[in-house]
Amino acid sequence: MNVTNVREAVARAHRDEWARVVAALARRFGDLDIAEEAAAEAYATAVERWPVDGVPPNPGAWLTTTAHRKAIDRIRRENKRDDKQKEAQMLHDDSPPEPLGAIDDDRLRLIFTCCHPALALEARVALTLRMLGGLTVAEIARAFFVQETAMERRITRAKVKIKAAGIPYRVPSTEDLPGRVSGVLAVLFLVFNEGYLATGPSADPVRHDLTAEAIRLTRLIRALLPQDGEVAGLLALMLLTEARRAARVSASGELVTLAEQDRGSWDQTLIAEGHQLVRERLAARVAPGRYQVLAAIGAVHTSARDVRDTDWSQIVALYDHLVRLDTSPIVALNRAVAVAELDGPEVALAETHRLADRLDGYHAYHAARADLLRRLGRSDESRAAYDKAIELAGNSAEVAYLTRRRDQLG
Amino acid sequence: MHYLVSVVHDRLDLATEDEMAAIDVFNDRLKTEGHWVFAGGLAGPSTATVIDNRGGDPLVTDGPYVETKEYLAGFWIIEAADLDVALKLAADGSKACNRKVEVRPFAGVDLDPSPSA
Repeated sequence: MNVTNVREAVARAHRDEWARVVAALARRFGDLDIAEEAAAEAYATAVERWPVDGVPPNPGAWLTTTAHRKAIDRIRRENKRDDKQKEAQMLHDDSPPEPLGAIDDDRLRLIFTCCHPALALEARVALTLRMLGGLTVAEIARAFFVQETAMERRITRAKVKIKAAGIPYRVPSTEDLPGRVSGVLAVLFLVFNEGYLATGPSADPVRHDLTAEAIRLTRLIRALLPQDGEVAGLLALMLLTEARRAARVSASGELVTLAEQDRGSWDQTLIAEGHQLVRERLAARVAPGRYQVLAAIGAVHTSARDVRDTDWSQIVALYDHLVRLDTSPIVALNRAVAVAELDGPEVALAETHRLADRLDGYHAYHAARADLLRRLGRSDESRAAYDKAIELAGNSAEVAYLTRRRDQLG
Repeated sequence: MHYLVSVVHDRLDLATEDEMAAIDVFNDRLKTEGHWVFAGGLAGPSTATVIDNRGGDPLVTDGPYVETKEYLAGFWIIEAADLDVALKLAADGSKACNRKVEVRPFAGVDLDPSPSA
C-alpha cells in the first residue's frame, strides 16, 4: 500500500472514528484526560504502523483496542509512581452500567458532558472541538485567536472541573433532554457562525474548516437524535447557509450580499438536502423552534432563482413567528430588513429606530440603517451610518464591502 | 459525592416564616431521599470573629474576614451521585429559601463507586 493511501486512511479514520474512540475510553476509564491522551497515542501509532503492517480491515476497532491498551499502560505507570488510588478506581470500573437516559451512545454522553451548562461557554466550545471534533489544541487556539498555552489551560481547567465537580458522563433524562440539547446546539451554532463570519483582521472572511466541522458534528447529533426537530432545523440552517458560501465573498475579498450573489454558484446539493429537512419538519406538524424557523427563512431565500422572485411576505411572516420565540433585538433587526422589501425602506427605518438603545454597538445595525438611508436618498446620514458600521465590523470582507458602498454615495 | 450548597444573600434580613416553612419541607425531602448530610442558617456577618493563629500568637479581630456585598447566609451539605443531581436539589433549595445558592464539590478522591464518571 502506498504512502498516500495510508495517509488518507489515517485521515479518514481520524474523521470518522475519533469521537467514537474517545467516547468509548471515557466511559471505560471515567476520565476525559486519559481518554484524550490514549486516543491521540493510538492515532500516532497508526501513523507509524499502518505503512508497515497495512491498514487494518476495521480501523475503528484497531484504534479502540490500541487506545485501550495505551490507557491501561498509562494507568499502570501512574500507579507505580503514585499510590493505589487509581487501581482502586479501576477495580470499581466493572460496576453495573449506570441507568441510561433516552438514548444510549457513548458519543452522545460525551457531547452532553462537553456542553454541560456548568462549564463556561468558551470551555464548552473548546472541549467539544477537541473531544468530539478531534481538532488539536493548536488548531482550536488558532481558530479563536487565543495563545495555544491559554487554550490548553482552558481545556485543562474544564477537564478538572468535570472530574472534581462530578459532571456526569450521561445522556440527560428525557425530562431534561430538550433544555440540554438546546445547549449543545448553541455551542455548534457558535462554532458555525465563527466560521461563517470570522472575526479578526488577519482571518479569512469565511473559515471553511469551522463551518465544515460544525456541520459534521451537527450531522452526528442528528444521527443520534433523529426525532429532534431543532437538531434537524439547525442542520438545515447550516446547510442552506453553507450552500451560499462560494458566492458570499468576491474575488477581491469583498462581502457579497444575498441580493447581489451569483445564485448559479450556490451549492444545489446542500440546498436540496436543506430543503428536504425543512419539508420533513413541516410534515411533522409540531410547533417549530427558532432553528427550524431560521431554516425555513433560508429555504425561502434559496428557493428563489432570482432575488426578485423572493417571497418576501412569507419571509416577513416567518420573522413574525421568530420574534415571538426569540426576543433578541438582532432578530427584530433582521425582520426590519425583510420589511423594507415588502413595505419599503421608510417603514423599515422606523422599526430600526426602536432598536437603537440595544444595538448601537452592533455593526450590522448601522450597516442596515446605512442601506435604508441610502435608498431613501439621505446620503449624509447614510455616510455617517456606514462610518459607524465600518468602525465596528470585525470581518475583513464586510469592511471592504461597507467601504465601497460608502464611497459610492453621491 | 458531597457538595456544599452555600446560600448567598445581599441583605441582612433573616428568612421569613414562609421561607422557613419551605426550607423545612425541603430539608425533610433531603432526609427522605438520602441526600441530607447537614445544614444550618448563619447569624449576620457582623457577628463574625476572625482568629489567626498561624504565628502561634492568636490574633482576634472583630467582623468578617472580608467585606463583601454578598455574604454566606447559610448552607447545606448534601450527598448526590453527580453534579446534575446536586444542581437539581440546589435549584429546589434556592426556591425554598428564596435566595441564590452556590454549589461546590468537596475536594478529594471519592472512592465511593457512584455511577458518575
